[in-house]
Amino acid sequence: MKGSRTFPEGGIYPPTHKDLTRHLAIRNAPLPAEAIFPLQQHRGSPAEASVRPGDRVGEGMVIGRAAEAFSAHVHSSIPGVVRELRDMVPPAGGRCKAVVVDLEGAFDRSWKVREPRPWRDVPPRDLLACIRDCGIVGLGGAAFPTAFKWDLRRGTALELFVVNGMESEPYVTADHRLMLEKTSELLTGIGIACRILSPREVLIAVDEQDTEAIAALEAAIQARGLGHRVTPLEGKYPQGEEKQLLKALTGREVPSGGQSLEVGALVSNVGTLFAVCEAVVLDKPLIERVVTVSGSPFRYPGNLKVRLGTRVGDLVEECGGFSTAPARLIAGGPMTGFALAQLDTPVTKGMSGLVALSSREMGMKAWETPCISCARCLEACPWGLRPNLLYKWIRQRCYREALEEGLMDCEECGCCSYVCPARIPLTQGLSQGKLMNAGKGRR
Amino acid sequence: MRGEPKNLQAAAAPHVHVGTCTAGIMGTAVLCLLPAGAWGVFVFGAGALKVVLVSIAASLLTELLLALLLHRFTLMDGSALVTGLLVGYTMPASVPLYIPAAASVFAIAVAKMSFGGLGRNWMNPALAGRAFVAFSWAEPMAVAAAPLALAKAGMEDFTVLAKGPMDFLIRKGYPTSAMDRALTGWLNEHLLAPLGTSLPGGYLDLLLGNVPGCIGEVSALLLLLGGAALLARKIVRWETPVSYLGVFGLLVWVFGGLGFQGLLFRGDVAFQLFSGGLILGAFYMAPEPVTSPLTRRGRLIYGAGCGLLTFLIRFYGSLAEGVYLAIIFMNMFVPLINRFTRPRRFGLAGGLKA
Repeated sequence: MKGSRTFPEGGIYPPTHKDLTRHLAIRNAPLPAEAIFPLQQHRGSPAEASVRPGDRVGEGMVIGRAAEAFSAHVHSSIPGVVRELRDMVPPAGGRCKAVVVDLEGAFDRSWKVREPRPWRDVPPRDLLACIRDCGIVGLGGAAFPTAFKWDLRRGTALELFVVNGMESEPYVTADHRLMLEKTSELLTGIGIACRILSPREVLIAVDEQDTEAIAALEAAIQARGLGHRVTPLEGKYPQGEEKQLLKALTGREVPSGGQSLEVGALVSNVGTLFAVCEAVVLDKPLIERVVTVSGSPFRYPGNLKVRLGTRVGDLVEECGGFSTAPARLIAGGPMTGFALAQLDTPVTKGMSGLVALSSREMGMKAWETPCISCARCLEACPWGLRPNLLYKWIRQRCYREALEEGLMDCEECGCCSYVCPARIPLTQGLSQGKLMNAGKGRR
Repeated sequence: MRGEPKNLQAAAAPHVHVGTCTAGIMGTAVLCLLPAGAWGVFVFGAGALKVVLVSIAASLLTELLLALLLHRFTLMDGSALVTGLLVGYTMPASVPLYIPAAASVFAIAVAKMSFGGLGRNWMNPALAGRAFVAFSWAEPMAVAAAPLALAKAGMEDFTVLAKGPMDFLIRKGYPTSAMDRALTGWLNEHLLAPLGTSLPGGYLDLLLGNVPGCIGEVSALLLLLGGAALLARKIVRWETPVSYLGVFGLLVWVFGGLGFQGLLFRGDVAFQLFSGGLILGAFYMAPEPVTSPLTRRGRLIYGAGCGLLTFLIRFYGSLAEGVYLAIIFMNMFVPLINRFTRPRRFGLAGGLKA
């Protein structure tokens, strides 16, 4: 669309396939008979298990305790008995402990009957403590502990608070549905954020194609007499990425290696704010989230409200199984999500989608050839990097050169791999290069 | 459980792709080149077809042989096909067949594979092959068979060394085809006369390719159409051909007339643009991705350099290889251009703190 705003350099337009699920109201996924809770579902240090096998846990009870500020509690989403503590590989890779709970007993806390907390009278410090106690993290995918992010040092004036409703990953419509169905709760979440952060301005960034959400938000804002502005942006990928979002909205660039606060702004995702609302108003910990189950192989795709810890296999079953064999099953979206090799993987806090791709949806197959310097990756890179050269440096183990080229600016958005005609796994290579570099730095 | 998937692949993100591939790019380039080659065969006869086929065969065979030697099967990426085709296009139709074969072997074995294969060559392989045979067998390479239509008019062979503008050739008795006379006459009468201008004879022959020259070079019009298709598919970026042709055209316009009437701003731009290998070079050789710069600014500089050098060689050099040498020369500067035309990095523009 003409005159729409977006970030200026790079980006791609993958088919969004959001029509598969955008019209489907959020429905409840069945309660799991067993739930698996990795203790590392967030950025920062892992939570420490606070239960032992055989312990009885209640719905919403803390089972993993954050040992420091940059971490998050993990709660049990079901009542039951702790079966075991096991080692596991979370979808994001790495290794961590996980608590396995067998369903037993009653769901004694429904959170609905409880009298809502009068959050407008609660001091910001207590609101923050509540968010921390409820284990809220960024639900857009990064899973950054929200209380840690929102804990500004005293005297820091926040100019801009951005509500991120861009949802630029293809297929995923969880935030779209929340904006439509939970508009009021979302605005409450924003109100709580404003009370904690006192920003001068609040912008709600929504894909300009998502006219329903824009209309719903604008109507609700007007009804409440709030000053928030809804800003439609072009649905270019990765517009939902925090720094590119701020670039599009303010024209300012977060300095290389810096944080959004350095340009006076904070960004939080729609799903996060909904969770904040539930945490503060109902005192409900983060034990469920909306997951978009989509992709053409699914018989009945949908937007599901899922208890954390549910096996993705249960979601597959709930959505009618596969009508055609999927070539790939992805936790998250197809641009940045993690391919799952098995159906035992649990739903975690950061998982916004469960996407199954047929081989047709993955794009025409081709074999890898040498780089022909076609420069498509340079043009697609929103960070102004030269992915082809970075990849070559990393392959040759020339980390110093790679760092000088700006390796650490890479956000692994996947644009370079998406466009590479030589089918070189650029994003994967750069990601590995970053890890190796981090490893070297620690030594 | 229903529909338990068996072959789930664990692979790194992203899991979707826009769908392009190297072989597809090469294939598109071949398709866009074919009409101009077909025209070459049409005007120069079956000899032209033989030359092109020998070039391609030699190119593919060399690639296959080296692939067997290096245990790295690379024939399917399509680059050898493009190289072979381009080598054939830069040959005169009358050339003995060992010359295109030698050019292709040199292009693949020396210019490409000895540097590590596709993506590592610093010089356009087809141009390297052409340059190699142009200097090794100067005489047969400098003679271009006249189109059959012109041969009947008594022009058996015609050297491509002529650099003068159309007017000069016509006065020297250079024939134009009946089609050119008819079309030019019609255009002058119906379109240009009301505008108070007229088109001299010969230019339509030049644009359509009814002139002596190398097989794939002569049809400027069909090359331009193929070039437009490559531009539309973003296989060729506009920066290289536009700055190449722009800078060259500008220089010709300003200085090109000095040799004839001694006046500035009188150069015959149309003649210079559509003659020789310029269109083939500007759309199919210079923009070849491996040997051209990575950024928009880089490509503008590179194209401008090609234009300047082509002008200098054509007007002040002693060789007929203006376009090809200019491009090879600029290929050498690509690493340097890349070094000084990096993309602007995000978040390095200075402290924009709130």
